[in-house]
Order: sequence, then C-alpha cells, then structure tokens
Amino acid sequence: MNQVVATQAWLRRNLFSNVFSGLTTLLLLAAALRWLPGLIDWMLLQAVFKADAGACQAVNHAGACWGVVAEKYRFILFGRYPHTEQWRPLLATGLLLLVIVASGMRLLHRRFLLAAWALVLPAFFILMGGGYLGLSPVGSDQWGGLPLTLLLATTGMLLAFPLAILVALGRQSRLPLLRGLCMLYVELVRGVPLISVLFLASFLFPIILPPGVSIDVLLRVQAGIVLFAAAYLSETIRGGLQAVPGGQHDAAAALGLSHWQAMRWIILPQALRAVIPSMMNSAVSVFKDTSLVTVVSLYELTGSLSLALAGDAEWRSFYLEGYLFIGLIYWTGCYAMSRFSRSLEPGSGISRPLA
Amino acid sequence: MQGRRRRELAIQALLAAALLAALWWLLDVTAANMAERGIRSGFDFLKEPAGFAIGESLLPFDSADSTLWALAAGLANTLRVTLPAIVISTLLGTLIGLGRLSPNLLLRGLCIAYVETLRNVPLLLQLLAWYFVVTDLLPLASEALQLAPHVFLSKSGLSLPWVGGDGGLFDLPLRGEMGIAGGAALTPEFLTLLLGLSLYTAAYVAETVRAGIQAVPRGQSDAALALGLTRVQLFRLVLLPQALRSIIPPLTNQQLSLTKNASLAVAIGYPDLVSVANTTLNQTGRAAECIALIMAVYLILSLLTAWLSAWLERRTGRWAERS
Repeated sequence: MNQVVATQAWLRRNLFSNVFSGLTTLLLLAAALRWLPGLIDWMLLQAVFKADAGACQAVNHAGACWGVVAEKYRFILFGRYPHTEQWRPLLATGLLLLVIVASGMRLLHRRFLLAAWALVLPAFFILMGGGYLGLSPVGSDQWGGLPLTLLLATTGMLLAFPLAILVALGRQSRLPLLRGLCMLYVELVRGVPLISVLFLASFLFPIILPPGVSIDVLLRVQAGIVLFAAAYLSETIRGGLQAVPGGQHDAAAALGLSHWQAMRWIILPQALRAVIPSMMNSAVSVFKDTSLVTVVSLYELTGSLSLALAGDAEWRSFYLEGYLFIGLIYWTGCYAMSRFSRSLEPGSGISRPLA
Repeated sequence: MQGRRRRELAIQALLAAALLAALWWLLDVTAANMAERGIRSGFDFLKEPAGFAIGESLLPFDSADSTLWALAAGLANTLRVTLPAIVISTLLGTLIGLGRLSPNLLLRGLCIAYVETLRNVPLLLQLLAWYFVVTDLLPLASEALQLAPHVFLSKSGLSLPWVGGDGGLFDLPLRGEMGIAGGAALTPEFLTLLLGLSLYTAAYVAETVRAGIQAVPRGQSDAALALGLTRVQLFRLVLLPQALRSIIPPLTNQQLSLTKNASLAVAIGYPDLVSVANTTLNQTGRAAECIALIMAVYLILSLLTAWLSAWLERRTGRWAERS
C-alpha cells in the first residue's frame, strides 16, 4: 500500500506536477509510442549483423546494415596500415589509451605516471613507424584511423600545454613588447577557423622552410593543431592566473621567494588546479577537432571511414551505419572526458591539491 | 629601479632584434623557395576572371567574373547560412536549456540526452552524416516527401512557397513527373549546413542558458513566488534579466564559433568563403594570399562580433537595472 502511495507521489512530482507538465508527459509518451518501435526495428530487429552485402541490400534500409562495420572495421580503425601488421597500431592504441585512463586516476599520480608516459610515447612511435626491433618500417602516410586520431589529440594537448603556460605568463609580463606579441598570437589564432590554420600548415609550411628541409605532412598538421590549441588553452590558464588572490604574490615575496620561484611553487599550482575542468573541455575540443585533418588528406577516423567506403560500390550505400559507428567512438571518448572533468569541479569533493 | 628599467629595455630590444631577424630570414627563404618553384606572388589574381563556377550564390556570379567577386559571393554565402543558423540555434538552444530545468522528468531527460549527444560528436561527422541522409536516403524529387502543403523535401533539397513569381502573390512549388517546379529551393548543401550548425550550436547554447539561469540565487525565485508572481512572470521579470548578464558573453562566443565552424562547408561542397578560397588556391597556386584573405575576413568578423557583444552587454545591463 505504502509502495503505491510512494509511486503515486513520485509520478505526481516528476511527470504530472501541473497541467503543462502532464500534457508534456502525454505528448512525449505518444511520440515514443509512435517512433520508438520503428527505431528499435531499424537498429536491431531488421538489422543485418553479418558482413554480407547482398543481405544488406535485400533489406533496403528497412533495417540497419551493421555488417558494414563487421566487414570494414579494420580499415575504419587502422586506415591504410598494412593488413598483416595491424597488431602494431592495435597495441600502440591500447598502450596509449591505458596511460590516458591511468592519468585520470588519482591513486596512480606522481612519478609513476611520468615514467609511464615517457615509456609509452616512444613505444607508440616505434610500434607505428617500425624500423627498430625487427619491425618493418611503415611510413606515416600509411598511418590512419583511431591511432592517428589519438596521436593528434594527445600530442596536441601535451605540447600545447607548456606553450600555453608560457603564453599566459607572457601576457602578464612587465615587458610591453612580449605582452603585445603574446596577445597578438592568441587573438589571431582565436579569430580564425581551424581549417585555415590547417591549410596554413599543409600549403604554406613547405614554402617557408629552407631548401632541403622537408617536414612530413603529419608533423606539419600536428604543429598546426598545437598552435591552435595552445591559443585557447592559454586563455584558460590566464583566467586561472587572474583568479589567484594578490595576497599570494605578496606572501611569496615576503617569504623571500623570487618571482619565478613564486610562480613555480605558489601561483601556477593554484592557477592550474582552478582551471582543470576548463582544460578538460579544451581536450574534448581538440579530440573532436582532429576530425578536420581529413580536409588536408590525413586519414584519421573520419577520413579512413570515407576511404573505406567511397571506393566500394557494394558497401557505399551504408555510410550512415559507418558514421554511427565512429560517432559512438568519438562520443565515448568525449563523454568520458566531460564526466571526468565534472567530477573535478569545485564542490564535488574530489579535487585535492595538485602538487 | 633605474637598473631594472634599463634591463627591461635591453631585453625588449634583443627580443625585437631576434624577431626582425627571424622575420627577415623567413621572408628570404620564402622568396627563394617561391622563385625556385616558379610561384608568383601578389594579389593581382583577384582582378582576373575566376574561371570556375559556384554551385549556388546569393550574389549574381558567373565564371567570367573576377576572383574578387567570387570571394565576395563566397562571403555572402557564409553569411547566408550563418545568420539564420545563429537565430535558429539561439531559439532552439534556449528552449532546450529551459527544458533541462523543467520539473518534468521526461522532458528533462530528453533535453539532457540531446545536449550530451550533439556536444560529444565532432561537428564534421554530424555534417557528413546529415549530408548523406539528405542526398542518399531521401526520395528523388519526383517522389518528394510533402511535409506541409507546398513544402517538399527530397534529394534535391527543400522547396518552399515564396513571395513573387509570375503566378500571383505567392510562388508555390508543385510536384510533377520531372521533379519540383516553382517556389524557393534550398540546396541539399545549404540545408545540411544550416541544420548541422544550428543543431550542434543549440546544444552549447542550451548549456549556457541553463548555467546562466542556475547562477541566479535561489532566493530570487523564492522571493518572486512569495510575492505571487506566476512562473512566466518569474522568468520574464526576475530570472531572465539577471541571467542574461552571464549568458550573453558566452553566447556571443558560441555564435562566433558557429561562424568559424561554417568553414566546414568545404567538406560538403557548399560554396562558402573558405570553399571558394580553397578552389582559388588550387587554381592559382597563391596559397599565402588565399589563406591570408580567409584569415583577414574571419578576423574582421571576430572583431565585429566582439564589438557587438560589448554593445549588447551594455544594453542588457541597462535593461536589467530598469526591470
């Protein structure tokens, strides 16, 4: 009996608190009844899960063709990487993901983590590029798919971070010239779309290098992403620096710390800790932005999907299922990062001193 | 004090010298490279005929027109998709943001699901998926879906009634054997970009609106309700004026992002400024000039937006004080 009363109270509070709420509930339930069966039908009941193009075409879009994922997943995930060597990008991706996840766990912080990064990053390049330990060399033009996406996003963030700190400090400098330069850089980059920066990296970098020096397109695009991300990140960090109370500077000076000592031990740790959630948001943006490199012909996840399907008449009509598949991969990464960032927000009780 | 001033001056002089040297070296290398590869420089190509067609254009454009005019047509196309997208995303985002604060569990859940799905998938992927849906999965024009009387949706885009035409006051699209005739037609590219940009940005606007309203102290709602204000009055007279102050700065930033994101048009073949500049770049080989033009236009748009944002903040500040 109590249960019934409690249920009624819950329903009233959450679904029928007033006339408008009640109507909304009925409307949404009606919409669900109208559309949900069709969706379930398409996604599961009539869907084809086997890698069978004939069966997929027979269903004629009445059901999803997940077979396209079953057939093409290696190409989507690893791009044009040589088929027999694909355990290498798989292992490299796994290792990189492992350190990224470990970095999110507070228990594992401090030196162990630095060592793990120092080991995994070179291991990633050796596995992908080969040429050592009896691994056959694979040129970076053949890298693609998920490892490329992760590489661009991770190194993008890792390299943008120190640059962003320098620029943020530069904007607070007493030297007007340095301050102006840093401001110019930040405002220039933040004012233009990422595509134009990628065009710059792809078309213009080769012309401004001395003769005889040529930099691989992957490196150029990576540099473009770093420069782009650093401008946004530096604004975040500057916000953190401004949030540190002025008394902290004075106290540090009174203790006899030099300007740089105060920065290193007093100001920066507090400033950075205050903006960890916003920096995570930047990381989410960088992760999503890597999809743009397909415009300058680097075949990360989005590009390798097009590469996998565009030339294949049998599977070409099932792009939507492919987009949903890689969409799920992006979504999982972004959602995990944004949940993590929310758990760090002040007041959630988890944030503790950084240093 | 004197010593420090002198040291600071010296450091800056060194910095300036290093910068000039680097710049000079860069220009020198670039000039040498360009001479070696036979790349010409300068903006003279702007006056020459473009030599390529533009898929759709608000401004009258023909391939014999100058490249400068082609770029202007591209910019007009950018604005043509950006302005309606700004309006749609702001309205839709506000509704979804309010929906997230609704006491109704279903509505709240739906709005949360919307925001979390759209924000966590790259915009480019969303645009490509929408484009595929529009151009591949929709029926042919001769079997177009009729959404409302005289509104047709098909692989060839959306046809709408429009004022004018030779039939009378309204020009109504009609479906026939050969497709759809009459009315105003929106191309699949325009439709995809408008839809993709609006839906994606709406998710960000929703979060901004929600955060802005939640930032108003709870006591304000309690006090307003105690005074006997209805929920609508509470929103209009108490919450919104106070929330707007914290909503407008991030909102203008998001609409600026939308404008920059419109450059993804290049991936689906809508002839916006970046697409046209990219075509020009490929045809003339003037990479530096084309990229500089794109950047300059976007910088001007950014400055205009910043100025508009400051003006809006002043306006809403005054409005909030009055109410």
